Amino acid sequence: MSGTSMNWVLALPEIALSVCGMGILLVGVLQRRDTFRFCSMLTVGAFLLAAVLVISTGQGVGYRGLFTDDAFSAFVKLLVLAAAALGVVVSLDYNEHANLRRFEFPVLVLFSTVGMMLMASANNLMTLYMGVELMSLSIYVLAAFARDELRSSEAGLKYFVLGALASGLLLYGISLVYGFSGGMGFTELAKALADPAHVSPGLVVGIVFVVAGLAFKISAVPFHMWTPDVYEGAPTPVTAFMGTAPKVAAMALLVRVMAAPFGHLLGEWQQLIVLVSVASMLLGSLAAIGQRNIKRLMAYSSIGHMGYALIGLAAGTQAGIRGVLVYLVTYVFMNIGTFALILAMRRRGRMVEGIADLSGLARRDPAMALGLAVFMFSMAGIPPFSGFWGKYFIFTAAVQQGMWALAVIGVLTSVIGAFYYIRIIKVMYFDTEGEAFEARPASLSFVAAAGGIFTTFFFVFPAPLVAAAELAAKALFR
Amino acid sequence: MIAALAFYVFAAILLVSAGMVVSARNPVHSVLFLILAFFNAAALFLLAGAEFLAMILVIVYVGAVAVLFLFVVMMLDINFAQLREGFQRYLPVGATIGVVLLAELVVVLGGWRFAPEATSLRFAPTQAGLHNTAQLGRLIYTDYILLFQASGLILLVAMIGAIVLTLRDKGASRRQSIARQVARGPADTLVMVDVRSGAGVGEIGILRPLVDEPEPAGDAHAGHDHAGHGHGGHH
Repeated sequence: MSGTSMNWVLALPEIALSVCGMGILLVGVLQRRDTFRFCSMLTVGAFLLAAVLVISTGQGVGYRGLFTDDAFSAFVKLLVLAAAALGVVVSLDYNEHANLRRFEFPVLVLFSTVGMMLMASANNLMTLYMGVELMSLSIYVLAAFARDELRSSEAGLKYFVLGALASGLLLYGISLVYGFSGGMGFTELAKALADPAHVSPGLVVGIVFVVAGLAFKISAVPFHMWTPDVYEGAPTPVTAFMGTAPKVAAMALLVRVMAAPFGHLLGEWQQLIVLVSVASMLLGSLAAIGQRNIKRLMAYSSIGHMGYALIGLAAGTQAGIRGVLVYLVTYVFMNIGTFALILAMRRRGRMVEGIADLSGLARRDPAMALGLAVFMFSMAGIPPFSGFWGKYFIFTAAVQQGMWALAVIGVLTSVIGAFYYIRIIKVMYFDTEGEAFEARPASLSFVAAAGGIFTTFFFVFPAPLVAAAELAAKALFR
Repeated sequence: MIAALAFYVFAAILLVSAGMVVSARNPVHSVLFLILAFFNAAALFLLAGAEFLAMILVIVYVGAVAVLFLFVVMMLDINFAQLREGFQRYLPVGATIGVVLLAELVVVLGGWRFAPEATSLRFAPTQAGLHNTAQLGRLIYTDYILLFQASGLILLVAMIGAIVLTLRDKGASRRQSIARQVARGPADTLVMVDVRSGAGVGEIGILRPLVDEPEPAGDAHAGHDHAGHGHGGHH
């Protein structure tokens, strides 16, 4: 086994976050009064603490090779922590109105985030599985959190059953990989599989199953079936959380698994990723056209976005991975911003989710309409918003590898996708004015403004982020 | 010789009782046969020199899981005869599929060879001079401590989830107040009565507790709590 040292300090962020989580759980249980808001604030504080620890912890391999800390994991962890913290802030107002004012909500988000951080640092197929399960189990519960609502319970159950199936596929793949290569650590696997000529077909079957299990988590076609129903049924802040942090963690995990242990087998899995990517882009852009519910629309949009991000992985180069990371950052900020504004769609105490409910928004709430327009333009990939730059880095990486067809399909589906994004803008700016929404709480305005400022002004100062992504991608190609 | 004999005896009983688990008409008998199967499997582990796994099998599976099964079977009162109604009808198709699968497995596994270097690549090779309890302990609590703790977190999340999704506090459940219980002195609860010899309870009148208490005594709390929550879950 490589890396025989324990080096337990490497997991300090995870340990600190878990201990904070248990402490917050105790605070919530022992206090009789309503502690939802207080526990949420403590959770955001714990995320900040973990982020500081992520920056200050050193790099290396610890826990007898189970756990690794490098630039890639640090990048992903910071992004996941930021997304989770914004997710908690976004949930504050909604949960108080929807009678979900329970301190377990932020605690579950926190434990889910611990799972995502484990995924980002996984250096062994077992750590990978543990992280995935910890993340998913918390999200299953969160999806069913509004337990008196039929749709929410249905979403939770559906997600749970299909997620269990995906876990089964993942485990089956892991056992095949172990059986045919004799190791589960990424370092040993990379060494054992250095020569693609000696790879048995059983191992390739195992890789296919591992990809299938992880593709379920990022809701890539053909494992996307659950996404629209779960997105629609789950309480909206949970949807906002599900659409950002877990997607980042699962995509990062897929990138690491493909690049680190199976990196030498690019020829074996490249076609698979290309297929999944093209199917996701097509379905994401075509199926969203007919949607009337904005949460379902966002579900198809996220399927499409994961398809674009997979192009970078399919390229299999350092530039491609850098593109994936930049894309994920832009995706997180525009997605959480959009959901903050979707959460602000409330009339007379009831949430509305139809696209038609946005009609004429520009005249009664210009700021909200402007924010939503920025996010929609960015998702459609229109310059100078950040969504364009994410796509730019991905497509250039594909073109550098000579994958012209993939890049062209990506551009074409972006154009199709632009139709439904821009239709929302048309509804807001040119349709007849509808009834006004209730006043927007400060927490939602804050998240939307943060997302909007990042999305709009990313092009002014992209260098630090791109450099960090470059460094992170380099860590996978040592 | 003795070991081989013991192996065949235990293995035969294991197979027969495993068959009885699925074929017994009475579900309680099925569970009892399951327990017998667990015991025999534990004996096989012992023969293979894995005494720790054998004991764990008995303690965890027989002591906890099988007894839980027994309770569930007794409480749920499922009509198993009804569940098995289509058994005869689907038997031919099921048997055909089973035979085909078995044949395929034989074909695939018939050509199975272990690579010569497979044993050296094993993930956790055994160490000479250490008995297997110590080796398992070293693996679980030292080498894989991260995974062990992560699975602990997963179980914690499962517990939180079960409580979040099912517990309904209607305000009717009775909570235990330890401070009040401890602070209670004999004077609050006891009253000395001079009883005329030969007098029955009926003549004295039934004594009521002195202090006005919302709940009876400490022991009854748990029972009330469960009852309250149990009803809350059925909506």
